[in-house]
Amino acid sequence: MTQTLPRTHEPSVGKPVDRVDGTAKTTGAARFAAEYPYPGLAHAALVHATVSRGRITAIDTTEAAAIPGVITVLTHHNAPALKPPRRFNPLDLSTMASGTSVSYLNTDEVHWDGQPVAVVVAETLTAAREAAALVEVSYTTFASTVDFKAEEPNAEPQKGNLLMSGSAKKGDAEAALAKAPVRIEARFTTPPHHHNAIEPHATTAMWDGDRLTVHDGTQSIDWLRSHLALRFDVPVEGVRVLAPFVGGGFGGKANIWPGTILTVMAARATGRPVRLLLTREDVYRTVGGRTPSTQRVALGARTDGTLTALVHTSVTRTGRVGGNPEQVTSQSKHLYDAENILVRQNVVELDLISNTAMRAPGDSIGTASIDELAYELGMDPIELRMRNEPERNPIDGRRFANRKLREAYRLGAERFGWADRTPEPGSMRDGRWLVGMGVATAFHPAWQFLANVTVRLSVDGSVLVRCGFQEMGMGGATAQAQIAADALGVPVESVRVEYGDSSLPLSPAAGGSMQTASVASSVLTACEKLRRKLARLGRPGDDPAAALARAGVPSLEVSVGSDTRIGRLTGQVRFLSKLIRDQRRWMKAASGAQFCEVRVDPDTGETRVSRWTAAFDVGRVINAKTAVSQLRGGIVMGIGMALSEETLVDPRTGRIMNPGLGEYHVPVHADVPPIDVAYLDEPDPTMPLGLIGVGEVGITGAAAAIANAIHHATGRRIRELPITLDKLL
Amino acid sequence: MRTFSYVSAPDVETALRAVAGEPNAKFLGGGTNLVDLMRENIERPDVVVDISRLPLTEVEELPGGGVRIGALVRNSALAAHPLIRTRYPVLSQAILCGASAQLRNMATVGGNLLQRTRCLYFYDGASACNKREPGSGCAAIGGFTRNHGVLGVSEHCIATHPSDLCVALAALDAEVEVESTRGTRRLPLSEFHRLPGSTPHVETALAPDELITAVELPAPVTERSRYRKVRDRASYAFALVSVAAALDVGDGTVTAVRLALGGVAPKPWRAVEAERVLLGAPATEEAFRTAAEAELAAATGQDGNTFKIELARRTIVATLRDLLSDGSAA
Repeated sequence: MTQTLPRTHEPSVGKPVDRVDGTAKTTGAARFAAEYPYPGLAHAALVHATVSRGRITAIDTTEAAAIPGVITVLTHHNAPALKPPRRFNPLDLSTMASGTSVSYLNTDEVHWDGQPVAVVVAETLTAAREAAALVEVSYTTFASTVDFKAEEPNAEPQKGNLLMSGSAKKGDAEAALAKAPVRIEARFTTPPHHHNAIEPHATTAMWDGDRLTVHDGTQSIDWLRSHLALRFDVPVEGVRVLAPFVGGGFGGKANIWPGTILTVMAARATGRPVRLLLTREDVYRTVGGRTPSTQRVALGARTDGTLTALVHTSVTRTGRVGGNPEQVTSQSKHLYDAENILVRQNVVELDLISNTAMRAPGDSIGTASIDELAYELGMDPIELRMRNEPERNPIDGRRFANRKLREAYRLGAERFGWADRTPEPGSMRDGRWLVGMGVATAFHPAWQFLANVTVRLSVDGSVLVRCGFQEMGMGGATAQAQIAADALGVPVESVRVEYGDSSLPLSPAAGGSMQTASVASSVLTACEKLRRKLARLGRPGDDPAAALARAGVPSLEVSVGSDTRIGRLTGQVRFLSKLIRDQRRWMKAASGAQFCEVRVDPDTGETRVSRWTAAFDVGRVINAKTAVSQLRGGIVMGIGMALSEETLVDPRTGRIMNPGLGEYHVPVHADVPPIDVAYLDEPDPTMPLGLIGVGEVGITGAAAAIANAIHHATGRRIRELPITLDKLL
Repeated sequence: MRTFSYVSAPDVETALRAVAGEPNAKFLGGGTNLVDLMRENIERPDVVVDISRLPLTEVEELPGGGVRIGALVRNSALAAHPLIRTRYPVLSQAILCGASAQLRNMATVGGNLLQRTRCLYFYDGASACNKREPGSGCAAIGGFTRNHGVLGVSEHCIATHPSDLCVALAALDAEVEVESTRGTRRLPLSEFHRLPGSTPHVETALAPDELITAVELPAPVTERSRYRKVRDRASYAFALVSVAAALDVGDGTVTAVRLALGGVAPKPWRAVEAERVLLGAPATEEAFRTAAEAELAAATGQDGNTFKIELARRTIVATLRDLLSDGSAA
């Protein structure tokens, strides 16, 4: 019989607990990767290739080297050798770490416009940047393929793998489409995007013999650690990566991009600690972004709205030097109960930097087509969705772990006032403004990876949770403190969480909205172990610290998982078998309903979002403040996707022409209306504590909701993002 | 780091002497454009003469109802000035549509006149640009042209002047006062900026040794004026099209009109043709449209900016219509 420790404190899970790092961040005490002072610190600056494919014929560093303060200029002539990156191996996910397959400065070949071709190391940042501007590079250029639109017809079917299925089908969707009494067919395009985290990528690196310390703004200290050990051919045990604070990532800091490698290389070559803080332009040129896409959506339905056919095909791009195909058709496998479904993804490889994950890869865009079909049928778009709301995962009949989309729509519609909408396009006005209301579904799969943790309780009542996870603004440490506090029955203030250091127990990267659930699962297991041990020490009625005091034990520590090589491997195998088992058994996801109101100026086509309500099913919410903030942030990013964001890649040269926040238009405050975020707060029975990650689902469907609202305001269907005003003239 | 000499000028005379005989000297006012361009290696002056302490910071009323604005008056101070807000609302509004509060607190009137284009290819050292490197070609033609011009452009350059403030000044018949060791001269704003022709690197009529000391506005033809800026997001973006307009109507007829366009030309574009058509015409939406079409008849677009011709037409009409209803409501 196990004894139960008394609960002497109010549970903190679900409460709007202030973030534990809030004071450090607002006072400037929080130190980011480019803020670590080292004696003798040198500064690096990058020189980028200005051709998309070619070979360096000459590189003149004379003028650069003559700038006072320049220590060295590294080029392919004098750079230390790098080991090549490894091929993908599902048993070692760190093989996915490298942003590209290029051996930077170990080759005279240029694979994309922006590839670093030299690094200047100098005593000061200004000297480094001035010298970088003086490096003269000559090239022989080769024919290159950089125009996504032109290459679209040459796209090839995407291959699937364990983490990403390629195509999928159920029945014969094309045949059903041909026979359907009501049909719509539409082509959508979306542009490339960049993450634009507030902290540009930065690295500070210091070698001590073969031991390496790296401060890096990364989403994945563990991947980075093993990747650096591999590339620089040193024992992984000697490499330590620290990233206690990361100023946003959104996927852009999940992989390892040239800046990080080259800082470590520069430190190796000069024997000095080296810092590289990328300029915003450097980020655009050396870190991948979201792929553009072209999508065909065709829907067939009976006159009562029952979907008989759903066809969703797409073309996206990867770089010839790397990148994973983005699953832009993924939602079509899960959202609507169509009798026949065809999902196909084709890919083109271009001579551009690899694409990479960006907030909700694959799911972010959502589809607006169901709204078009609703108009075709003369039916309310929510009614049409509810009529086709599936009982089981449409593509393969798996059970949903937890699907509460009906409830989310009901809650959202009520809060937003959907019933006040008159469906006729152009029928609502406010003065001269055309008013439109739109709705779309949010959906993002839930994942869970392996995390190792230790939890220690001390006789003074304090609790220490140690886990090498990442905090890039989401509130991860706060959430884990709340979870541990409740699990041990102690006040949340007595829990300290250590994270962001590769010397801590192994944790998955911050990405895929899976970190909180992954770590929570292990924290809960560890706390349960600790409670069992405590119960053996104390008496019923003791609080945890009293139990230790009574036994004369200063502290008690338990751990979950092992960081040894064997421990990691067994953990990985255990994780993979669970992943495969779970994937067969359940479809787990966060979902929700996005409602928005827009105003369109009938003269100029200017669109302003004036109101937003979103209702989510994200299982149990751990922290009411940080979760809502995450969801709201996703919606803000969705507003940018809908109306203004676009990375301009010149199709003639493959060069990014708007590498900065002046001309890449993220939403400014004036573009963002008050955003009302609601959640059902019902635990998902298959997830630890019933929680589902909230990092990405907020962006999903947001752009589609805006496109639908614009149609409602104007009667115009704009299927090319961003919906800039010229498309509405 | 690149070195340059720095002179902090306590008075106009010192400033003028510091640049005399220095062909590659730059005056530093608020620094909101020059410093950026130096960071981008586009401007590489040998001498930087800091004029931010010069006593050119007054806004003074002139006999006859005009106003004299010192070249170093900060944008935010000018926008908030009671004389400007009451007599020249178009100017106050134009300033507040530009940049951000922080930049407006730094940026000066003289510097605003000398702002350089935001053409993506001008800013990119790897691209051909006749403005940055005369004779190298124009990579913008055939490229991304969303913020490029449709009026007054040439086959050598299609860049636009990015200012909002100058568009209002153009509509208000501003004059620019410039000084050098050779003396003082005045020129109308309409002659201050040059069209690119075959020399897009020559952007103004200012000689290298001349300093802008003031901008003067005559009494307004009417206090009924406004600025309308159309852009890709609600704030902190350059104009796709902007319209500065002043309109006076008597007995349903246009008795006075001033109209200038931004975002569509290499210089703040005074719409003289539209004004000619409007003066004495009935103050109706139809007349506004006819005038706008007359002004835009010569406009030519690229793939990425032809929409601006239609957008400019609509924005002119909407702005005049709003002014008309302002008047009837008053």
